[in-house]
Order: sequence, then structure tokens, then C-alpha cells
Amino acid sequence: MSDVKPAARPRPLSPHLQIYRWQWTMALSILHRATGIALSVGTLLLVWWLVAAASDAASFQTAQEFLGSWLGILMLMGWTFAFWYHFANGIRHLIWDTGTWLDLPMAYRSGLGVVIFTAVMTILTWIAGFAAF
Amino acid sequence: MQHEAHSLRTTLGRVRGLGSAKEGVHHWYAERWTSIALIPLNLWFIAAVIGHIGASHAEFIAWLSRPFPAVMMILNVALIMYHTALGLQVVLEDYVHNELLKTLSILAVKGACLALAVAGIFAVAKISFGA
Repeated sequence: MSDVKPAARPRPLSPHLQIYRWQWTMALSILHRATGIALSVGTLLLVWWLVAAASDAASFQTAQEFLGSWLGILMLMGWTFAFWYHFANGIRHLIWDTGTWLDLPMAYRSGLGVVIFTAVMTILTWIAGFAAF
Repeated sequence: MQHEAHSLRTTLGRVRGLGSAKEGVHHWYAERWTSIALIPLNLWFIAAVIGHIGASHAEFIAWLSRPFPAVMMILNVALIMYHTALGLQVVLEDYVHNELLKTLSILAVKGACLALAVAGIFAVAKISFGA
């Protein structure tokens, strides 16, 4: 190993994003990160809900009313989608980590499976939600 | 190997220039085991939330003060916040290129995740112990 200065050594660089043709697998990969970030924001709501419940009945009422408002429901719908997508695609990642399904046909097929699962579970969650209401 | 042993370069210098801090495996592994644990925890959480739509404060408190829901909720909050901290760290490492800004933003995210975890766990504990 030679003592080359780090700055002087050119590091390998991936091709930039704009030269790629858009593909499903790529969009799904980006969506995994996007939903992860969205869910991170959602943790604020989770903690608010719990802290409100621990505070008093009025605070809990405020939180529940916000969650039941059109804005609250819209946000919850977004997070429900983000959750089921991140959930299913996360399992897809765990399967990849075992070294299976890494070939291109399976990457597309499992990706389609994730999309269908997300759509079905998001709709089912809201059917259950409105039925419980 | 012989050269490395006698090098005057610091470990930090070597890491910044070329290689591994030998901590990546821990991060990679923690991101995975938290995700596996979150599969049953989050399914429970979704079902629990749906079950408490429109619940009164008294009903919600009565439910969350029971041991099983309380422990599940604490595990849920703890692992969600840990998984979130690990994930957001990678996002920041990828997109923030200024060294100081990157370090500070990662610290801020980890601090915020810790604070949220403590707040959530404290809330469940307070409800459970009935104060």
C-alpha cells in the first residue's frame, strides 16, 4: 500500500442520474428511501399522540380531532401508503440480503408484487379504519 | 501489513482517505434486525390504531395501561426510532457533502430520534403507572 495523499487519488464515480433511462426498479428503489423519510416525519405524530394521551383528556381530544380532520386523514392516508410500501419493499430487501431473487426478471416480478401488495393493503387498512369508526 | 503497522498516519486519516472504520457492519446489521423486529411490532401497531379510532381518552388510557399493550408500544417506539436514526444517517451521508454540515446534521438527527424515543417511552410509562 503506497502513501498516496487521499485528495490526489481519483475516486471512482457512478454515472450521474440524468444519463439513466428511467426504469421501474429504479423508481421503486428511490420510493423506498422517499417513504422512509416520510415515515420518519410520521414519528413526530406518533409521539405527539402518545404524549397527548399521557398529558390529559383535553390534549388527547385535540390530537384525536386533528387526526380526524380532513388534513389529518389525508396525512394518515399518505403514511399508510408509505408504511405498506416500506414494509413490503423492506422485506424484498431482506430477501435480497440472503442472495436470492437478485436476477433481473425476479427484481421486476417482486417489484410488481410490492406495488400490488401496497395498493391492496392501503385500501384494506382504510376499509377497516372506516368500518371501525 | 508490515507497512501499515509502521505507518505514521493516524487511523482517522486512513479512514478518511481510503477505508473502513470497521463500524459499517454494525450499522448494516442493526438496520436489518430492527426491520425484522418491526414486522410483527408494526402489524400489531396498525391493528391497535384501527381498534382505537374514535376511542375516548379514558378508553385509550385503560387499554395502554395494561402490560402487554404497554410493552409492545414501548418496543415499537424504541425500534422505530432506532431504525429511523440508522436510515436517516445513510440519507445524510449520501447527500450532505460538507464534512462539518454532515457531522452536525447526523448528530442532530440522532439527538432528535433519541429525544422522541424517550418522550414516547415516558408517555407510555406514565400512562401505565397511572400518574
